[in-house]
Amino acid sequence: MDVITRTVDARGQSCPGPLVTLARALVSAERGDLLELLATDPGSKSDVPSWSKLTGNELLDAGEDAGTFRYVVRKA
Amino acid sequence: MVATEADALRGLIDEAMAERDRGELNKKNKITIVAWDGHLDRVWPTLILATTAAASGMEVSVFFTFWGLFALVKPEKRGTGKDWMTKALSAMNPAAMKRAKLSRYNFGGMGPWMLGKVAKRYKTPHPTELLELAQEMGVRLLPCQMTMDLMGVSKDDLIDGLGEPIGAATALLEMKESAIQLFI
Repeated sequence: MDVITRTVDARGQSCPGPLVTLARALVSAERGDLLELLATDPGSKSDVPSWSKLTGNELLDAGEDAGTFRYVVRKA
Repeated sequence: MVATEADALRGLIDEAMAERDRGELNKKNKITIVAWDGHLDRVWPTLILATTAAASGMEVSVFFTFWGLFALVKPEKRGTGKDWMTKALSAMNPAAMKRAKLSRYNFGGMGPWMLGKVAKRYKTPHPTELLELAQEMGVRLLPCQMTMDLMGVSKDDLIDGLGEPIGAATALLEMKESAIQLFI
């Protein structure tokens, strides 16, 4: 079972907030680290997968629970 | 005869394909945006795209020319200009991002004020914050030298931390090596 290295809380932030917060957190992460992103911006549903394609950081999981979107990303 | 013509045609196609591939290779993971318009509703998406591109690992250059240049004027500067004409131009045109007008529905400042309120409610960063964020993220903000001369804007009038002022040829080079070029 993979362990989340760090949780990035971008709840309440709007475009481009969540991606900028995630990108910043990624700078201090190691290759292979799993980062969990929490967001409430509905735009993140399309933006996080697009960002993953652009950057090559793998999107392992995406889901929604009670208005919070949760994404798990592996740093490339 | 027909076979040689087909061969010649195939040769031409191969050559064109190879040239296209070479062209693609010259393009970096980079975006260059020409910020020509200084209106709030133009500079805002420009800076959202710039910061998002930086967050996506792209190299980003934004070339501020004509009215777009005024987005880079220091907030405390009420006006710019070296003679009566450039001063008059500056008086008609709001300097600094925080005083930028909307291109439509401005209603004497009511439009930008309401948009600012709504943005705050949805925690959408204002262009003033996005400009700072862009700088922190390594976005190159490049003022247009020609606009500076034409409009009488000095380096002292502009915010700190900008790239060296550049000309059209450098802007073209930035665009040529970019995978994405936009004029906003």
